[in-house]
Amino acid sequence: MFIKKASDIPYSEITPKNAYLNRRAFMTGAAALGVAGLLEPRAAMAADATKLQTVKSPLSTPGLQLTPIKDITTYNNFYEFGVEKDDPSKNAGKMKTRPWKVTVDGLVKQKKTVTIEELLSFKPIEERVYRHRCVEAWSMVIPWAGYSLSELINWAEPLPKAKYVQFLSLEDFAVMPGLREIDLNWPYSEGLRMDEAMHPLTLLTFGLYGEVLPNQDGAPVRIVVPWKYGFKSAKSIVKIHFTSDQPHTAWNDMAPREYGFYSNVNPNVDHPRWSQKTERRIGASLFEQRQPTLMFNGYGDQVASLYNGMDLKKYF
Amino acid sequence: MNKRTVVALKVAVWLVCLSPLALLIFNGFRNNLGPDPTATVTHATGFATLRLLVISLAITPLRRLSPRLGWLIRFRRLLGLFAFFYGCLHLLTYLWLYSGFNVAAMIDDIGKRRYIMAGMAAWLLLLPLAATSTNWSIRKLGGKRWQALHRLAYLSAICGVSHYWWIVKTGVRTPITITLLLAVLLLARIAWLARQRVSRQAGVVTAG
Repeated sequence: MFIKKASDIPYSEITPKNAYLNRRAFMTGAAALGVAGLLEPRAAMAADATKLQTVKSPLSTPGLQLTPIKDITTYNNFYEFGVEKDDPSKNAGKMKTRPWKVTVDGLVKQKKTVTIEELLSFKPIEERVYRHRCVEAWSMVIPWAGYSLSELINWAEPLPKAKYVQFLSLEDFAVMPGLREIDLNWPYSEGLRMDEAMHPLTLLTFGLYGEVLPNQDGAPVRIVVPWKYGFKSAKSIVKIHFTSDQPHTAWNDMAPREYGFYSNVNPNVDHPRWSQKTERRIGASLFEQRQPTLMFNGYGDQVASLYNGMDLKKYF
Repeated sequence: MNKRTVVALKVAVWLVCLSPLALLIFNGFRNNLGPDPTATVTHATGFATLRLLVISLAITPLRRLSPRLGWLIRFRRLLGLFAFFYGCLHLLTYLWLYSGFNVAAMIDDIGKRRYIMAGMAAWLLLLPLAATSTNWSIRKLGGKRWQALHRLAYLSAICGVSHYWWIVKTGVRTPITITLLLAVLLLARIAWLARQRVSRQAGVVTAG
């Protein structure tokens, strides 16, 4: 079942969305104490604290049915919190997203550290509806909230030698059971070529559905690269590192034949173990899930030129 | 064991074996198959197949533990046939939900992907076993030959477990439980055969 987008008004301006996040805790608490009326004002305050002011963006993808927020927040790949799709929503609650700092270093004029508050107030937060295609052949449509990563990169003043950007995610054994369970090369590392990172579609992301990111979706700050498979979009970022050489990336370290550095969505290049020609839309009904996968996830007009002259079968 | 108990147990086994399907149908009608219904149906039918197959393979080793467990044999065919039934449903999810009955795409897929090949092999190996599951077949084939044929169940289970390992992401170890269970059952069978050979040889020596 899909929620139809009723108008062009950004989500944050319509509904004071009673935080889906806190709803379960709130209900349990209310039931336990039998004083729902007393708890309600507190829940409303919590909801306000999670809201983001967003503006419309011409880079948002029009005409798509959004995936319900329930599915976006309970069907996650975030291996730091476990392998199963519902592990992150169960386990990520313990991660502390305040205070949060992001270090920007490597080939930059000067190493800098920014707080999440500074990042949030740095530029207007835009609502961008993007298709999201996982390498596992499922997909969603998500109204993200953030601004182009290029804004941050320009502020970071990388040196001309910097050709790549590496993103490192939080590695905290105290709150992330998956770090011990899964043999990935932790901390999770992802990377982009500089021109990919500077592309306006590449989003430094703080929220979805007009609210701050739930922990399981990569709070408090992640990137979203809509024309690449989902695992390229690193979550819960603590470090942005500029380099001259292609950085190592977690899934590529694990299985280089299966997860390339580029990992552009491409229906013509199969994963060694499954076809990428079609995808299953999450939240659709059983017989309506299957649909064709689009080249560059439908963003070819904007990004194909980044790969002119490259053999995309070789640089998959 | 009296007839009444056997009937009651058989009913219970039927209910347990049908419960994964019943749950899928129930949730399907309530539009409650989760965010990824295709995956839900695929996983449920796949797990049911593997579990039932391994449970059916546990019957013989369990019976050897004690003569008092002899009655377990009455349930082996039922479990094996249910494993095949879920294997068919699992295959159907692939043919329908994944391939949309597109034969060309399927042929391309099967040729390229070892997990599909292993899955297909597991199903094909169960096919003659299901076909010869009647008492008539046992009589027609003769006990020895029938038994030899039905050892294919082990091969099918090995293919099934390989199929599982090859579809999970590298580094994911969820198939380990079922793999260990199957390994224990295979080792139990090998140990049994070895012991029988030893006692047979011992018998020859005493006779001479």
